[in-house]
Amino acid sequence: GQTRVLHMLRAELESFFDILEERRQSSDISHALRTFSAQPYHEATPPSVKALNRMVLESQFLRYVIAEVAAESGEPPECVKEEAAGILDKMAQNLQLSFIRLLGFSLSKIFKRLFRSIWVNEDGLARLQQAIQEHPVILMPNHRSYIDFLVLSYIMFTYDLSIPVIAAGIPLMGMSLIGEIFRRSGAFFIRRSIGSDKLYWAVLSEYVRTIVRTGFAPVEFYVEGLRSRTLKSLTPKLGLMQMVLEPFFKGEVYDVLLVPVSISYDRVLEETLLAHELLGVPKPKETTTGLLKARKVLEDDYGCMHVCFGKPVSARALAQGRVNRGQFNLVPRGLPLNASAELQEFVNGVAHLLVRLQEKNMVLSPWSLMTFTLLQSPQGVDWDQLTHKTLWLRTLALRFGAHLNWPDSEVMSDSLALHHSIACREKGRVQLVEEVGPGPVTQEEAVFRKASAVLMCASYRNQALHVFTRPALVALAMTTAASPRKGEQRFCFLQELFANELIFIPGHAVQDFEEGCDGLQQCGALTITDQTLRVTEEEQDAIIFLTAILQPFIETYEVVCRILCEERFQTFSEKSFLSSVRDAVIKLLISGEVRSYECLSSNTQKNVLWALLRMGAVSKSRV
Amino acid sequence: LHSGGSTSRISSQDRLRVISGHLHQRAQDGHAAVSAQECKAEASRANPAKAAPVPKRRHDIMKWNGWGYSDSRFLFNKKGQAEFTGKRYRLSGLILPSLKDWFEGTFGANLQHKSPATPALNVSAVPPPNLNESFVEELKAAGVALSQEPEDRVFRSHGHCLHEIFALREGRISRVPDLVVWPSCHNDVVKIVELACKHNVCLIPYGGGTSVSSALECPPEETRSIVSLDTSQMNRILWIDEKNLTAHVEAGIIGQDLERQLNESGYCTGHEPDSMEFSSLGGWVATRASGMKKNIYGNIEDLVVHIKMVTPRGVIEKSCQGPRMSTGPDIHHFIMGSEGTLGVVTEVTMKIRPVPEYQKYGSIVFPNFQQGVACLREVAKQRCAPASIRLMDNEQFQFGHALKPQVSSIFTSFLDGLKKFYITKFKGFDPHHLCVATLLFEGDREKVLQHEKQVYDIAAKFGGLAAGEDNGQRGYMLTFVIAYLRDLGMDYYVIGESFETSVPWDRVLDLCRNVKERIVRECKERGVQFPPLSTCRVTQTYDAGACVYFYFAFNYRGLSDPIHVYENVEHAAREEILANGGSLSHHHGVGKLRKEWMKEAVSTVGLGMLKSVKEYVDPSNIFGNRNLL
Repeated sequence: GQTRVLHMLRAELESFFDILEERRQSSDISHALRTFSAQPYHEATPPSVKALNRMVLESQFLRYVIAEVAAESGEPPECVKEEAAGILDKMAQNLQLSFIRLLGFSLSKIFKRLFRSIWVNEDGLARLQQAIQEHPVILMPNHRSYIDFLVLSYIMFTYDLSIPVIAAGIPLMGMSLIGEIFRRSGAFFIRRSIGSDKLYWAVLSEYVRTIVRTGFAPVEFYVEGLRSRTLKSLTPKLGLMQMVLEPFFKGEVYDVLLVPVSISYDRVLEETLLAHELLGVPKPKETTTGLLKARKVLEDDYGCMHVCFGKPVSARALAQGRVNRGQFNLVPRGLPLNASAELQEFVNGVAHLLVRLQEKNMVLSPWSLMTFTLLQSPQGVDWDQLTHKTLWLRTLALRFGAHLNWPDSEVMSDSLALHHSIACREKGRVQLVEEVGPGPVTQEEAVFRKASAVLMCASYRNQALHVFTRPALVALAMTTAASPRKGEQRFCFLQELFANELIFIPGHAVQDFEEGCDGLQQCGALTITDQTLRVTEEEQDAIIFLTAILQPFIETYEVVCRILCEERFQTFSEKSFLSSVRDAVIKLLISGEVRSYECLSSNTQKNVLWALLRMGAVSKSRV
Repeated sequence: LHSGGSTSRISSQDRLRVISGHLHQRAQDGHAAVSAQECKAEASRANPAKAAPVPKRRHDIMKWNGWGYSDSRFLFNKKGQAEFTGKRYRLSGLILPSLKDWFEGTFGANLQHKSPATPALNVSAVPPPNLNESFVEELKAAGVALSQEPEDRVFRSHGHCLHEIFALREGRISRVPDLVVWPSCHNDVVKIVELACKHNVCLIPYGGGTSVSSALECPPEETRSIVSLDTSQMNRILWIDEKNLTAHVEAGIIGQDLERQLNESGYCTGHEPDSMEFSSLGGWVATRASGMKKNIYGNIEDLVVHIKMVTPRGVIEKSCQGPRMSTGPDIHHFIMGSEGTLGVVTEVTMKIRPVPEYQKYGSIVFPNFQQGVACLREVAKQRCAPASIRLMDNEQFQFGHALKPQVSSIFTSFLDGLKKFYITKFKGFDPHHLCVATLLFEGDREKVLQHEKQVYDIAAKFGGLAAGEDNGQRGYMLTFVIAYLRDLGMDYYVIGESFETSVPWDRVLDLCRNVKERIVRECKERGVQFPPLSTCRVTQTYDAGACVYFYFAFNYRGLSDPIHVYENVEHAAREEILANGGSLSHHHGVGKLRKEWMKEAVSTVGLGMLKSVKEYVDPSNIFGNRNLL
């Protein structure tokens, strides 16, 4: 018998069940070798890799671009075509069921070792199965760990769903053996920075479109572009987003269904790497031996993992009344699409929407909530106070629509035990754990160690940040605006400032503001009388707590601005920006002028630069 | 010289028999025809003997609330078997054993659930005519035949859109013409138009009445007296020019009469729209009609050499019959497609051809629709399309199969034979995916056989298998009876319609799939209880694209306002067509039904150009049917 645990989710009733349960009870071999009978879209049979690649190379689109590139570069067209074929060879997936089986077998073993359970929402799988039969499906998971896509393919295999074709980064391919296994598991590889390489773009986009058009497998890609080092959602990238939507724009498919997938981990495998990368310690190159060395990772306990398949979002429904598909009637559809401003805006909106849906469906761990209090108490906090505050925060989070995995009252001490590498309880007091290393340490090293602990902790807070973003931003706006009347204006300014930091759907400022106000009203921190907003005296705590959430970001933005105001930053190179700012911040931390160690996050520092660029405070010129 | 079956050499007399055969059984109409008034302007005529022309009292032989002849209709007999009544068609008097199962299975319909039509026109429900007395007086003085009988007026108040027929069946009568006039020649029309201008009455030209674009609907906002100008009595072939191969014909002549009379002299126009039993030459010109055999003979714009039209400004025509001219924009193109908004087409000089010596049907089965379209595209590319080539999708293939009569030599079992033979032999053929192309070849025997081989060779490259002449012939014959089927559906809560578009080759498949899918989804969203029939066929090929025809029908039980639902779905389907690069219409025209999209279709400037022509030609909007613009 299968035990199914009902997770009561606030927004909708979805039942999650543990897919490892069955694996622990029956043979992994027979699971890997069982009959696999996926129902594909419109009974499409997968073309052979060769046939698919030929379709791409011989497409009107690629022939056109090849001729254009040849004319521009003066190279003979045959050479350009060969080059394109080379790019395609390097890129193409080679999905083979046998490798999926092999992978299925090994993953069963690995996952059982790593995780206590992998919870998947059952309704989501049923919806996905239905969706795959109706229209081409795009799986859009968030990206927090290398194993994200392995888990997804594993789930798809286990539940007889078409194995997705996955857009992966080139570094993965570099791992000789693993790269090939991934390729045969359906991964195709994309160069990180394509820049203005026209031919590369052409091959990639036609490849993606061809897969969507034929619809033999779902396409999976990370709309955030990269694995988030902060565990916070990243501003979506639009390249692949537009590619997967184009077949719909041009009427080559009736619809494209976008399925947001929210993956959340109690504990992320790469957690120690994350903080190091954010501090500017370069990440180790991804190599097979490196991966094998990471074997010790396998010996640790990573708690639970949640995968929530969201409701498929119909591109057609989103485009209704917003995109005039007739605009493509006058040019052959095989020719490059010159996306109108209207269309780009639409694609951008869709991408942001999907990231928001990923956030909304995310199942959060108690630990994520505990970190809020931990981070707000740099000197440590009493266990009783931590649990008390976390329970209060839990109520708040549920009011704001969060999905929490909160099975019982023991869960908080469990969580703390699971994250022993980040925080520990000693004599009833909980404190962040600093890396131990050989002493004695310099002042800088001490700062780094401290920052490393804080950033690691902050990344778990970031997983839940979206729940509080809007109310916190309203709270901040209301308490810092010159008058309550100016609150909304202030909110809009903050939203623009943090547009690279937090996910806001463009053009939704009004809704966001209302959502934030609603949240605050619900917890009694805000009243509306005669259309005037007023912060109440009774719930000051909530307001203080919420604004404190944003404090590390505010402080980083302030500090970076201050540093940039220094004379030596009249002009500076993008390359040197991070290291110069880091050095300056370290000094300020040592002198005590800056208090939050989060100011050392290179991710936030970069975001400040983008924000200042966007708002015209900094300008960029090529030298 | 017979080689058996339908592959026989035919003389012009035989040709006549074939034509009337694929339309009717031999002309044996016993009805009393009101003969046309002789016109003063006498013309030389090749053959004065006229076969039964359209009577003034059309409702004597035709349904007032449905398609076609009163004696011909589908019904389910007491045994629950479908049959087709009358004696006019090859299908007449035959039992169609599979139709019931198909009908019930496809629509979820049930023979117990009937939705019968109002049996007879309730004359008292017809609003009294709003007559312009002085206009009527002067018209009478001029000797023009006219009527204000309710039956005559109701008959000319509609075309054959679903909502028009549905309303009649329910006995709902909206605005109808106040008067019907029957000019018998060009000069009568000149007189009528003059008087209409003088007395400010609204004229709506009426030819065959087969419009499916709401073009014949009286605009409800029209306050003037509305006069329906019925051209049916202007139906003579005025002369045949054998040296130039042209015929000068009055525009009221009906397609089948024109062909029959020309055949008697050994000629034909070759223009055979599906509506040719009832539609008129003037109507073809006014809507830019297309004929089934356009690959040989061309569409109406290719066929006309000279047009005479009476407008409120006077008569428009060219001064010569040169085969091509460079004299500014072709004024014929202001007339063709004007949909009765500018005037009345009275006489047309048309190209004619000798009746072909040999005709052969054919059919090809393809494993799926994609392969079929690819084959048609290749045929078009090689410019070797037969007189007609049409590709039905799988649903339509199944439908055609359901119409197979019980006993008949030409209706040899198709699917059964195919199942036994091809399907088992060639596994690729899934009965739920295969589709069928029907072909018609014409010309001299040698060339036809050669041509046939060429087409079948191309088909083979796309997995097509020749499936016999009978299936081809049956496919074309069904074209003429399919319109009768809608009336049967409406007796059992099933409503439907067809609509068409034209689209570039590369978009044909995508458009077909998306539009069919849109129909299914829209029906579901709007509460239609059963999946609709949503099917299409490619009916014409061109160098740069194809004409696609959609059939769409559903069971409306449980819907409070089925017509509204229907119209919403059709509207959505048209939006989908346009979004997928299809045209607003290939040959049905715009009428009032598709007016809202005209600006988008021809640009603001384009619409302005058309409006300025209307403004000049008809400043008082005498031709006030409000189509098109």
